[in-house]
This record gives sequence, C-alpha cells and structure tokens, in this order.
Amino acid sequence: MKTLLWIQGLTCNGNTHSLLNAENPSFYDIFSKIKLLFHPAISSDEDLIKIIKDITQNKISLTFLVVEGSITKNKSFCRVGDFSIAEIIDQLKDKAEFIIAVGNCASFGNIPALYKENTNVVGLQYIFTEKKGLLPPNFKTKSGYPVINISGCPIHPAWFMQTILALYYEKPLILDAFNRPKEIYMYLPHDGCIRNEYFEWKEESEEFGHKEGCLFYNLGCKGPLTHAPCNKILWNRTSSKTRAGMPCLGCTEFNFPLRENYFETKKNIGIPEEVPLGVSKRAYITISGVAKSLRNERVKKKLEETD
Amino acid sequence: MKVSKISKEQKKEEIVKTACKLFAKNGYYNTTIPDIAEALGMSVGNLYNYFKSKEELAKYIMQYSSKLLGEEIRNINEMDLPTKEKIFLLVKRFIEIAEENPELIDYFLRVFLSNREVFSKGCEGFLCVQEVVTEIMLFLEEGVKKGDLRNQDLFTAFVTIMGPLGGLVFLKGENILMDNPLKYSEELAENIWRALKA
Repeated sequence: MKTLLWIQGLTCNGNTHSLLNAENPSFYDIFSKIKLLFHPAISSDEDLIKIIKDITQNKISLTFLVVEGSITKNKSFCRVGDFSIAEIIDQLKDKAEFIIAVGNCASFGNIPALYKENTNVVGLQYIFTEKKGLLPPNFKTKSGYPVINISGCPIHPAWFMQTILALYYEKPLILDAFNRPKEIYMYLPHDGCIRNEYFEWKEESEEFGHKEGCLFYNLGCKGPLTHAPCNKILWNRTSSKTRAGMPCLGCTEFNFPLRENYFETKKNIGIPEEVPLGVSKRAYITISGVAKSLRNERVKKKLEETD
Repeated sequence: MKVSKISKEQKKEEIVKTACKLFAKNGYYNTTIPDIAEALGMSVGNLYNYFKSKEELAKYIMQYSSKLLGEEIRNINEMDLPTKEKIFLLVKRFIEIAEENPELIDYFLRVFLSNREVFSKGCEGFLCVQEVVTEIMLFLEEGVKKGDLRNQDLFTAFVTIMGPLGGLVFLKGENILMDNPLKYSEELAENIWRALKA
C-alpha cells in the first residue's frame, strides 16, 4: 500500500484545513487507498520520530512526503523532537518517491521567509523566484520528479487531491517553470472570472463586494497575472474571491508576499505597472483606449438595471 | 497582385496629401470630392474607388497621420536613452515632421479640431489617434517608472507634452514666429522636461 507522511514547518495550518475540506475524493476516501503514516493535526497515537526512524531504516516505504510550511534550520523557530524541520527533511528526502510542497510556504518560503528575526527561512526547493531552497536546484526524488509545488495561500483541496491521484495512478505530471502541476496552474483566475465583460470594456469597480466592475485597475486584482484555477475549480464549489468582489491577491505566485498595498494597483501616470500576461504594455494601452472609446452602455449600469 | 496593392497604397498616400492641403486651406465643407479629384488629375469616379465618401477620406487622413507620428515616437521610445534626452528628441522630431508635412499638422489643427462632428462616428475618442496617444502614454509611463518623471494624472502630463508642440506649430501656421520653428526646439524641450520631471 502506498504511504503518505505529512509534516509541518513554519505554518498557520491553512493547508491542513483545506485538506480536511476535500471532496471527490474526500479526506477519508483518499486515506482508504493510501496509508496515512502521520499528520500533525490528526495523528494522536503514532510516534512521528519512530516513523521517521523506520523510514530511514527502510522498515517502512514512503511514497509521498508532504511538507506544509516553510523550512528553517533554526530549532528555536521550528522543531520536531530534537530535530529542526530541515534535518527531518534531510533524513527523508532520499526515501520518498515523491516530495510535495503544499502551500506557498513550503513552495517558496512565503510570509515566514520575510521574518527579520530569522533570515534562514526558505521553501523546499525555492526561495521566492530563486532555486535556492533547502534542497539543491537539481534535486530529484526517486521517481525522477523535483519537489512538486502545489502553491497557494492556502491551496484548494482539489489541487492537492488531483495531484495525489495522478501520481497514485502513475499518470505523468507536467510541471511549469516553478514546478507546479501544469494541469492546475496553466489557468489564470481571469479564466472563468464572471467580471470579464467589465475587464473587456475597462469598466472598473471602485469598491469591494459590488457585483459590477472589474477589480484590476483600481483594486489591485492579480487575476490576469496569476496562475491558479480559482474561477474554474470554485472554493467550496460555490464561489471565488473575484466572484464575491474581492481582488485576487496572487497567492499562488512565488512573489505573493513581496508586494505592498494588496488592494491597490500600482500605476504610473494612470497606466498599470503590470499588465495582463500575454500582452505588451503597448497592446494593453491601445486596447484599453479603444474599449473605452467604443463605450458599452450595458456595463455602466447596475446589473439589476440592465436589459 | 502584390504590385497593384503597393501602388494602390501609394495612390492613397498621394490622395491624402492633396486632400489634406485642400481641406486645411479651404475648410472641410468648402472642399468637394470633385475639387480633390481635379487637383489630383483623376476622375471623380476613380477617386471613389479609393474612398467611398468625403467623410471616410477625412477619417483616413487622421489615421494616416497618427500612424506616421506614432511610428516616429515609437522609434524614440525604443531607444536606450535617459528620459530627458528622449524629450529633447521627441520635440525636435515633432517639429521636423511638422516642417516636412505641414499639410498634416494644418489638417489636424484646422479640420480635425474644428469639425468634430465629421469625426464623431468611427473617429471618436481614441480611435483615430491611437498610435500617437499610445506611444506618448508609454513614453510617460516609462519615464515615471524610471523615476525621471513625476507621477501624476495621465491627462495633465499628456497635454503638457502635446499642448506646447501643437501651439508652436499653430504659431508657425499663423506666420507669427520670428525664427524657424526648429530654433525653438531645445528651449521648448527644456520647458517640457522641467514641467514633468520628478
């Protein structure tokens, strides 16, 4: 039986909460197929240190090593028994078939990597854009994959389940430039955003929570610049940030916590500094000007007032 | 096939320049398609092969001018130079183009700005001048991003560049300038730079 060990570095438990919310398969479904060796929030009787020892002594085979949280070598910030989280990973890294980083902390360092008190906080294989995480840039597990990053703050449970299922059934995973499964991260929140009509016609929202208007120009929405299927695989099967009138914060990206003013679009002379992926600034300016000149009257009204 | 297409474009260019002069000189409403055809030495029927109406021709002239000027500004935008030097180049090049193609600038000042109703459908807002506006916007955005120019509203920055340029050419058209317009280039660029710099 395939096995899974979930360990935590510096984390808020957000990805664990997501895991418990999984459906199709649910948490119980997946762990009837895969033996859960240990999860810090769920396991009470098991001895993690003993499990790790058994793995290192090849008494237990480890299929999936799942890591939640950023990694540090500093034991006063994070320890498991007498070991730092970095030492635990060092012991297990060559034993696991697959290592999966769940969430932006384990993938890219995320918010804990901004600690001023501890400058030694990294992701498993990356620290933000650089491949200077705990494990070397060319590191690969026994299966031949590098650390598979499922980024997000937190991850959507379906992203994790889809990845685990694909690997469970030995389907090949294509990874993107940041080692994220392409099948999930090839989409942008812009895909499927119900505000796309407003984006097309450059009709901007000025306030959060309104049904009308695009959140890109004034409210800092990163939907057209972020790799995540949030409007394709909805949260709780119901909604997403942008559907509810809340800008996408870009939480699946390597640079997620590095920006300032999350609810503001940085503009120079009225032009967004960053424009949607795939277009040049020149093209964006031209198409915006044309869209505004042509004026779509429908998008200027409250939805209830439209025909 | 290709040869005839090129020659059609060349012919269109010739029509634009002649029509432009007549429109600017006599006014949009006082200039007729037969007047333009006569000045070109072509039949009225043949002229209609190129432009279906006087209004279409009027709009095409604006689009033609916008493309011409837009390309020149784009060349400057793509140069690896400090913003200040780019402003000096931009002003100089604008005045040179106005000298090389006085009919286009006259047309802009005396027809496009004066007969807005002709351009209200299909040439409104951004539509007929998009190349110039896009390139000026990019120019300003890059200057602000580099920290050379002050971040401000787009429209105030835009008219701070384009207003003085149009003004100088207007004065030249009215025969008021004492010197060749190019002699004012550096001082005008200095004014624009001082007004916009961070």
